[in-house]
Amino acid sequence: MERVQLERKVLSENDRIAAGLRARFQQCGVLCVNIISSPGSGKTSLLESTLASLPRGERVAVLTGDIQTDNDAARLRRFGFPVKQITTGGTCHLDARMIERHLADWRLEDLDLLLIENVGNLVCPASYDLGEAAKIVLLSVTEGEDKPLKYPSIFFKSDLLVLTKVDLLPYLRFDIECAAENARKVHPEMEIVKVSSQTGRGLREWLAWLNRQREAVHSLAVG
Amino acid sequence: MHEMGIANSMLDAVRAEVERYPGTYPVRVGLRIGEVAAIDQEALKFCFEALTRDTDLERLDLQIEFCPRRNRCPVCGAEFIVREYNVRCPDCGEDATASIGGDELELAFLEVEEYGTCTTGAKSTE
Repeated sequence: MERVQLERKVLSENDRIAAGLRARFQQCGVLCVNIISSPGSGKTSLLESTLASLPRGERVAVLTGDIQTDNDAARLRRFGFPVKQITTGGTCHLDARMIERHLADWRLEDLDLLLIENVGNLVCPASYDLGEAAKIVLLSVTEGEDKPLKYPSIFFKSDLLVLTKVDLLPYLRFDIECAAENARKVHPEMEIVKVSSQTGRGLREWLAWLNRQREAVHSLAVG
Repeated sequence: MHEMGIANSMLDAVRAEVERYPGTYPVRVGLRIGEVAAIDQEALKFCFEALTRDTDLERLDLQIEFCPRRNRCPVCGAEFIVREYNVRCPDCGEDATASIGGDELELAFLEVEEYGTCTTGAKSTE
């Protein structure tokens, strides 16, 4: 019997494709973010208010994943930016190959920002690198403060936590500071913004965060 | 939920690896799973068995090594296991320690056997 040491990632094929995408994004100066949350935390609403606030000429595109239906893409297309629906047909997450396939007829040179809305799921998307510069996790205030502790993986791997639906706070017993503290227990460097897509509260901070990342990616591509 | 996809990728990797050793077949594969890798071990074992049953890999044994979350202290260099989300350095008390492990999802090793050697009781439970 012979034992061979492997030291090989199980998802090496996904990671290989993701690395190729990441190199293309960097080369073209595109900021790609991978937005992840439970179903119903407000990913599509956040994207709607984000797109609504951007000037029409902005070089922005959206890939939105769901198991079935074209509903989210229809909601997001109203803003005039390129939007493509990725229907996974049962798969509970997006993978790098799906992204590569759906980007095939878009010119990355024409983009500055690619927003990827993952399938609503707090577990599986954490395992699949899509070539993004940053993962963003959403947690709505109608969920539990302890969600970062219950689902540590995605909070561990995300750069930004967006606490959503904060306009509902007066009606809930949700302790937002406790939620933030739990997220930082899992990921001490986590940046956090508090947003209501309904009222627009906090959107400025969210857009400022996005812009900072865009500038960083852009200066790397130019420099 | 995504363990079936993970198990499938793992078996693809095993098959690709075995091709590099002609005249052998795989008997055991070692997998490292981190505490925050978001993989359920029992679900993965179930998927692994379902995917290998009645195939050339039916006798392949899966050995899983669990990897706890680990941090390193930038001040004193101590490396320690993070328990109950406590990332404070146990040696010097520094709070801002950096993650060095816990999200592994890796094939660690593969054991192959040459065709023609004795395989009595091949499915080892060592």
